Amino acid sequence: MKTNVISEADLKLGRYRIDPEAPLLEVEDLHVEFRIEDGIVKAVNGLAYTLGKGETLAVLGESGSGKSVSHHAIMGILDTPPGYVTKGSVKFRGVELLAPHKKTGTLDHVVPEIRGTRVAMVFQDALTALNPVFTVGWQIGEMFRVHEGLSRKAAKQRAIEMMDRVKIPSAKERVNSYPHEFSGGMRQRVMIAMALSLDPEVIIADEPTTALDVTVQSQIMDLLKELQQDTGMGLVLITHDLAVVAEVADSVVVMYAGRRMEKGGIEEIFHSAAHPYTLGLMKSIARPDVHLERLEPIMGSPPDLLDIPPGCPFHPRCEYVIDRCRVEIPELYAIDEHHSSACFRWQEVQIHV
Amino acid sequence: MSDIRDDRAGVADPPDDDPKLYADTVRERVGTDIVAQQAAREEDHEHEFRQTPGLTVGLGEVPRQASLWGDAWRQLRRRPVFIISASLIVILVIISLFPALFATHDPRECNLIDSLLRPSSEHWFGTDLQGCDYYSRTIYGTRVSISIGIIVVFFSTIIAMIGGSIAGYFGGMMDSIIGRITDIWFVIPTILGGIVILSLVRTRGIMNVSLVLIVLGWATMLRLVRSSVLAVKANDYVDAARAMGASNSRMIIRHILPNAMAPVIIVAAINIGVVIAAEAALSFLGVGLQLPAISWGLMISTAQQRIITAPYLLVFPGIFLSVTVFSFILMGDALRDALDPKLR
Repeated sequence: MKTNVISEADLKLGRYRIDPEAPLLEVEDLHVEFRIEDGIVKAVNGLAYTLGKGETLAVLGESGSGKSVSHHAIMGILDTPPGYVTKGSVKFRGVELLAPHKKTGTLDHVVPEIRGTRVAMVFQDALTALNPVFTVGWQIGEMFRVHEGLSRKAAKQRAIEMMDRVKIPSAKERVNSYPHEFSGGMRQRVMIAMALSLDPEVIIADEPTTALDVTVQSQIMDLLKELQQDTGMGLVLITHDLAVVAEVADSVVVMYAGRRMEKGGIEEIFHSAAHPYTLGLMKSIARPDVHLERLEPIMGSPPDLLDIPPGCPFHPRCEYVIDRCRVEIPELYAIDEHHSSACFRWQEVQIHV
Repeated sequence: MSDIRDDRAGVADPPDDDPKLYADTVRERVGTDIVAQQAAREEDHEHEFRQTPGLTVGLGEVPRQASLWGDAWRQLRRRPVFIISASLIVILVIISLFPALFATHDPRECNLIDSLLRPSSEHWFGTDLQGCDYYSRTIYGTRVSISIGIIVVFFSTIIAMIGGSIAGYFGGMMDSIIGRITDIWFVIPTILGGIVILSLVRTRGIMNVSLVLIVLGWATMLRLVRSSVLAVKANDYVDAARAMGASNSRMIIRHILPNAMAPVIIVAAINIGVVIAAEAALSFLGVGLQLPAISWGLMISTAQQRIITAPYLLVFPGIFLSVTVFSFILMGDALRDALDPKLR
């Protein structure tokens, strides 16, 4: 595990040298768009966050808010075309991952070395994210064969160890099973084993529990938490599930229409939300700690990303809307050191919480 | 449970003479029943325990290894269509590998005295104009058809797999270029194109004919590979593999092609039949293989001049040709059912 001792190999990342002092992941002003026949879909419009060692950051947003797409861009697995990173910066421990393309001027991911080894990803539906024609042992072992050049036999041995580590019972027997022979929870464990196999420093979990039922969800979240405590890795949790966020996250970025709406610690987001959208999300779920007569949905639906409303993208659905919201995009107002909100009327919103 | 109840019903039937014996039997039987039930319950319990969260397969039972091909094979073994076509193909392949085992005469040892004999016990399929044993010639003709079929399909599939996976995987410019070339190729009809190209060639052996059929035949296959690769590429596990740091070549070879192969194999099997028919057609038209090569197409071609006087000269190679083409197409169908039940 990556402990205090930093080896020379740890500092090397392809042809780059990493800065041991820098945070694990720094995302700044990330813009991603899809150029399709109907126009330009602006999927991500200025995402920014910093992930420190051992931290869990939840990226919260509804479908189409750009939370998955932005992380595909960070991993460099965006489908290009039609997807392009047009602006922004992503730094992994100080190493800039994006560089402008010579001809198009869009940003390319130029450090493929991080994939799997330094930053790994856990996908939502492990059934579709595992290759159906190979055994799980083969697939976990592939990590070791590709990145560490192990033999088939040694790789399989390591795969069994990894399966033990994510608590798959009788790993030795199950190593030769195919993905469809596992239950949903076990499959997600296989995914996690694959992601963890090379001791990455950051794991990006893209809705890791959405496809699972509630009891299995908490098992998987517990497992992730436990593994995180063991290894000190940073965890980016992409989700729309507030319960999951409440359970594990240290801080939260709330996304809407590809934009950061609010950013803050878990306490601040849940107890002193300063953005009408966050507030709306909080009102729309049942919470044991807050008494509500009835759940209030957020009226309307998310905007068409081909045609995002001018001004604040949330204004057509917002209770606090004023004329200024329709024309001007609110900047991120700092409320305190860690808490910020992209709302002109954040003070009023916070009072109403 | 039903077994146990049946047992009890049996016990309730008292033996007429000895009541004591009956009681003993009941005790004994019921006793064993209870033991059996207990055992069953324990087993159930254990089973339940094994089914607790996450564990889908009981620990005791060895999990059945069900890969795509394993499943397909299990399904194929039970299908008469597959058994029939596979046996026919195996027989045909053996014939083409060792024709001497089956032939009764040397196909090239002809005696004009025996010209145009009708089928008999000496010459099973009769003899042709030159007095050659027609059965032996038909047998030797298998080799040509099967080898052309396999060579052509093998190489055109390889071309298609390379081109199709590049076009499908990388998309964009690559896809457009390969796609347009394929489109242009697509408009050349195989037989007409074959006539044009082959009529320019002076000597036409198996290799020349195969080459022409490869050149004319890869386009359909390439389109299929491309669309199959596109479908597979959309899967999450391709993204996942990329996120885990797999290189492009590894992605194509390990993650995309194995999943894209099913339809390709199906069409390849059918194509063997189609190519064999095409070779026969070209030879029949006089632009395929040349005498003294032995081929069904050539035999049918010469036989047409005597269709009234010696119809068997047309019938026998015709039957062989039809059966061969038929069995490959049947095989393709059976494979499709097993590999891709949705297409049925």
